[in-house]
Parts: sequence; structure tokens; C-alpha cells
Amino acid sequence: MVQPLVDSTTPEPAASAGQPLLEFDQVGLEYPFEGSMRQIIQSVDLSIQPGEFVSFVGPSGCGKTSILRMVSGLNPAPIGEVRCRGQRISKPLKNVGIAFQNPVMLPWRNTLSNVMLPLEIVSPYKQEMHRKKAEFVHMAQDLLSTVRLQDFQKQYPWQLSGGMRQRASLCRALIHQPEILLLDEPFGALDAFTREEMWVMLQALWMRVKCVGILITHDLREAVFLSDKVYVMSSRPSTIIYETRIDLPRPRTLEMELSDEFNHYFSTIRRHIQH
Amino acid sequence: MEKFLKSKSAGFILPFIATIALFVLWELIVILFKIPPFNLPAPSDIFQAMINFAPQLTVNAFRTLWTTMLGFVLAVGVGVILGFLIGYSKVAYLTLYPLLVAFNTIPKAAIVPLLAIWFGANAIPATLTAFLLAFFPIAVNVALGLDTVEPEMKDVLRSLGASQLETFQKVGWPHSLPYIFASLKIAASFAFIGTVISESVASNAGLGYLIVQATSSFDIPLAFAALLILALMGTLLYVFFVFVEKKVIYWAR
Repeated sequence: MVQPLVDSTTPEPAASAGQPLLEFDQVGLEYPFEGSMRQIIQSVDLSIQPGEFVSFVGPSGCGKTSILRMVSGLNPAPIGEVRCRGQRISKPLKNVGIAFQNPVMLPWRNTLSNVMLPLEIVSPYKQEMHRKKAEFVHMAQDLLSTVRLQDFQKQYPWQLSGGMRQRASLCRALIHQPEILLLDEPFGALDAFTREEMWVMLQALWMRVKCVGILITHDLREAVFLSDKVYVMSSRPSTIIYETRIDLPRPRTLEMELSDEFNHYFSTIRRHIQH
Repeated sequence: MEKFLKSKSAGFILPFIATIALFVLWELIVILFKIPPFNLPAPSDIFQAMINFAPQLTVNAFRTLWTTMLGFVLAVGVGVILGFLIGYSKVAYLTLYPLLVAFNTIPKAAIVPLLAIWFGANAIPATLTAFLLAFFPIAVNVALGLDTVEPEMKDVLRSLGASQLETFQKVGWPHSLPYIFASLKIAASFAFIGTVISESVASNAGLGYLIVQATSSFDIPLAFAALLILALMGTLLYVFFVFVEKKVIYWAR
């Protein structure tokens, strides 16, 4: 696995270094609209290496969320293919974690038990639930303390703030050690300060699990801060019009946001966004 | 006053006072307008009848209670299973739901004579009528509860590879509980209505049967006494469900 922990994530032989985990091959999407087919997404081609964190940004309605749903297999690509380890994704993958803008939690479970939900469903954890309960609780507590929720394990969702719920839902998305973490505008509903705090925590979580991260966002700073690579999508019919590698060292800090380098990335990406 | 309204006891004391006031008003009207007891008996006459006919009332009340409860339990079982099918299977939804709606519009009183022909004038038609009236709101509410799980939560579970049964167990069922309890309270009164309808048309015992017998011999106070006991049983069952609801779904506010 490529280690994104160290300085630069550009192992030059990226293409030859090994199989990409995910490949998009001429992916498209159309929707019937007033009698004809409307093109939403057109020929998206890209590949994502193991351990890479990528973001998709673009104007609203350009099909960013659809990209995510194709990867998860919740709505497989209707045109072209998305492949995971060379296998066409045609049904929901089992090795993914998902977090949405709405951090849905089960109101009858406390935070700890909400975070542990995937362990009750995903193999091999579910078979080991009784035997390794203590170990699993420890795993969950570990994640919760990474996002500074260690003192809120016994609280119920309605006793948490929106930001806290989102942090818990990130822990839930990661506890079963998924290979792919899918994030659909996870911080869209949070205020600017909370959001920046969340970036740092998400980075910390992701650096522990070392999975592929795919982030959908319309916050360009968020994309730059978190990603190894940012893909800019055009408006409909959308395709990738610009991609850039973000060579900022990790772990990234909020101070870096003020650096020239950071702002250079930001403004270059900003110039490529159409309305 | 405001403090009292916010207190727990207000919920018991106020309805109690209202009931007493109603009885007093009733008594006064009967005395003032000299209404004969075979038209509208005064509450005092009704309580007198309750004491005089205590053994009959008790036996018949128990009969009504257990037939209702049996029908109700059947309704919960069948209602939950039907609701699960309608809520989770598109095929079941498309085929069963219209049939259920059509069936539910049939006045149940019209079915009782048929049930009596098939099973005789005994406890079976009463139990079945209670069941028939009670299962529909339960089935609809289970289906509604399953259907209202947030789409994001469904996606989370699907992407974890959860089976239909796991989804039901971990999310669908607990999520449906508030809906189920709302329907149980309605279904419980429906079950009582079903039993009494059936008992008054074709039965050999029960409060419905007793009311018909009493009115046909112009013993109106006894009929009212039976009605009062019915109201009391229905209310107690309702209160019981409110209590259980608070214990079971403490997380739903």
C-alpha cells in the first residue's frame, strides 16, 4: 500500500507501482428528461491508488454525488465501468465506509454503540463480536478519542451537537477498517470554524486507517487541505476538466492554509470552476 | 396554576374531576327534568345496578376482556408480519396493499353474521372481529415506520452489506416502534369495538351480549353499567400502553 503518511505522495512510478485500487473507464451518466436523454456525466477516466485521498469539486448539479454512488455500488455506473481491483462494480461494495452531510445516527443507541454498528454487520467482525467485544469497544473508544469524543460515549445522539454527530459518524464509517472512505459533503452543514476543526480530525482519522478517501465538496479550501489530488468537474454535461496533485506535507495544519503554496493551489483550482 | 399544569399529577387529577363533574351534572339533569330511568338512568341508578348485578357484570366483563385480548394479540402478530412484508417487499406492497385497503373498508358488523354461521354463537366470532378491526392500523404503521428510515441510514447499511433481516433487526424494527405504539393504542380500542359488535350480534356471553339482553328487557341502568365498564377497560388498556411506551422507547421524544 502506498503510504500517504510521509511528505510527498508522489511515488513517481505511481502508474507502474501497482494496481490502482479504483479505475474509472469512460464513465457516463444520462437521465431521461422531457422525452430525451440528458447527459449528466461524460467520459470520466481516472484511477485512484491505494491510500490516496482525492476530492471532486465542481458546480452544483454536475453529478459529483453520482460519482460517489457509482464507487459505492449503490448506483453502479450505467455507462462505462468503475472497477475496484479490476472487478467491475455492479452491486454495493462491502469494504467501504460512508458519511453524508446528514450524520444519521440511531437515536436508540448511545455514541459508542452507534460507532460500533458496522462491527455487528461486517464479516469477520460480526462473527467475533462476542469473543472480542472488549477489543472492539477499545477500537471504538480509540477512534472516538481521536475526534475528542471520549467523554461522550454514553451520550445519545440528541445530546450531541451537529459537529459531534458528524465526528461520530466519521468514526462509524471507519471502524471496520474499510478500504475506501466515501464522504459526501460531510461538513456542508457546519459553521466555518467547526468545519476547519473537522478537517484536522478527519485527516488524523484517515492517517490512522490509511484507506482511499474520496471527498465530494464545494469547499475548495477543504479539498486542498485534505487531498492528495483534486479533480475539478465542469458543469453539465460534466467531465474532469482539471486535476492537480496537492504536494503539501502531512499532517497538514490549519496554519498551512495561510501559506502561499496553499493559496496558489486554491486560486488555480478556483480559476477552473465554471458557473 | 401553571406549576400545577406542568406537574405529573395534573394528568390524573383533571380528568378525574371532569368525570365527577360530568356525573353530577348528569344526575342533576335527570332529577330536574324528571327523566325516567328507562330513558336515561341517573349515575346513582347505574352504580346501584353495578352493585346488584356485580356477578353477571364480572363474568361478562372477563369474557369480553379475554376475547378482546386474544384478538388483539393475533392482530399484533399478523399486523407486524404484514407490515414487514409491505414495508420491505415491493411485490407484497403492490399486491397486498390494495387488497388490505379494500378489506378494511368492509364494515365489520356485516361480517359477524357470517362468522356466526361458520363458528357458532360463541367466543370465536368475537375474537375474530376484534382481530379484523385491529390488525390494519398495526400493519400500516409498521410499514410506515420501515418506510420512514432516513435514506442515508439505508445507504449506510447497504454499503455495509447488511441483509434484509439485519436491516430490520438493527434499524427497521426499533425505528418502527414509535409508530407501532401509536397504532397499538388505536388498535386496542378497535379490538374492544370489534368484540362488542360481535357479541351484540351473535354471542352467548360478553358485555355486548349483556347490553342487548338488558335493553330488550328495558333494564337500561344495567346496560349503562356495562357501557361504563367497557369504557373503563378501554381506558386502562390505553394507559397501560402509554406506560409501556415510555419504558420501551425512552429515546423517542
